Amino acid sequence: MAHALLFFWYSDRDPFMTVRLATLFVLVASVAASPAAADARSDAKALVDFGISVAQKGLWREAIYRWEKAIETDPTYAAAYNDLAIAYEHEGQLVKARKAYEKALELEPNNSQIQQNFDLFKEINDRSSTGKDK
Amino acid sequence: MTGAAPVKTSSRLALAAFAALAATLALACGPEFFEIPIETPIQPKLDVSAFQRVLVAGFVAGGSDDIDANQETVRLLRSQLRTKSQLKVIDADIMSLMAIAQDQRKAAAGEDAPAPTGTPPASAVHGNNPPAAGADPRAQAQPMGLPPQIRDEKDLEPYERLFANVAYWKKIGEEYQNPLIVTGTVLFIPHSITGPVVRDQDVMDQLGRHRTVSTRVYVERKGFILAPKFVFIDGRTGATMYSERHREEILYNAQQNTPALSSYFELMDRIVPDFLSTLSSQKIKGTRVLLK
Repeated sequence: MAHALLFFWYSDRDPFMTVRLATLFVLVASVAASPAAADARSDAKALVDFGISVAQKGLWREAIYRWEKAIETDPTYAAAYNDLAIAYEHEGQLVKARKAYEKALELEPNNSQIQQNFDLFKEINDRSSTGKDK
Repeated sequence: MTGAAPVKTSSRLALAAFAALAATLALACGPEFFEIPIETPIQPKLDVSAFQRVLVAGFVAGGSDDIDANQETVRLLRSQLRTKSQLKVIDADIMSLMAIAQDQRKAAAGEDAPAPTGTPPASAVHGNNPPAAGADPRAQAQPMGLPPQIRDEKDLEPYERLFANVAYWKKIGEEYQNPLIVTGTVLFIPHSITGPVVRDQDVMDQLGRHRTVSTRVYVERKGFILAPKFVFIDGRTGATMYSERHREEILYNAQQNTPALSSYFELMDRIVPDFLSTLSSQKIKGTRVLLK
């Protein structure tokens, strides 16, 4: 509200200032509207980073815990779903892994790295269920 | 005139500062992806927790005369199971299932003649044992010509009824204290094809320049096909628990002289992981990309 008043007050005096203030107003408004989303992504990113560091040390269950928290925090974070899928795969939870890969690709259908991970996963998953007679 | 130079210098400085800031940010953020090795555990297709022992009994084998596919398959699977499964492998004589199937057929045919009233003939467990409850009557009551030599998949078909002879396998199970029984068929046949192959050829054009040109040439290639069928039988009941078929082939240049036995092992190398994954959990190594 204060921004708006300031805008109208200045707009009568200087047209150049009007444009600058309008831009500023739009920026402030957009930042004010999305702090929650930005915070969620930032928190989720911290969880993902931590998960990566522990997964690299072989602590996959801890990584799963962090990445599950990351997708709870930001359900639109494709990388978190991708990492979680990899961890599930490593733990042999193949149904969960498939769902997580599918969700990651739903969020970022053109991400070639996620697609490559999913293709490799499917190759193993298909191999474990071929050749059956009965 | 004098004012232009400082403006240019300051814009260059600003650009340099911006580039330095961008580089610092990029370094501070680090890479956005990490390649990581993983091992995917695959659960066994078959629950073998009820068994402590496994008997790789023998295979109905045919095809090439260069190798004894029955003996080689039994030896290979036993050695693989010893090292890669938790089941104790029974060291027993390798069964000649073709001879056993033919004995069973003769016994069934001999006992069919005096009893044409529809009564199922005696099962040919080791030649002359009575049938057990649950035995497949079709497998025993309809003897069919068994080719003495197996050359292709059609020749194998009549032998398949042997695996449905519940009484026979139950008897074998009793002999070896109710193990999991692995048996089946193995066909290892020579194979050759003549077809187009794309080859790169180095040619020189009119100006004396070297060029690589892809040309299609017809070549003859020789190799083998390996088509095993693994049958897993519950030694306590004689019933088939599970079966799976595989087919692999390999081709070499016609001039290349590859021994049949090494081709057999090359092909079995491709099949054995699948066979083992039926009985025990396996870990498949690979790499994936973690993303930030």
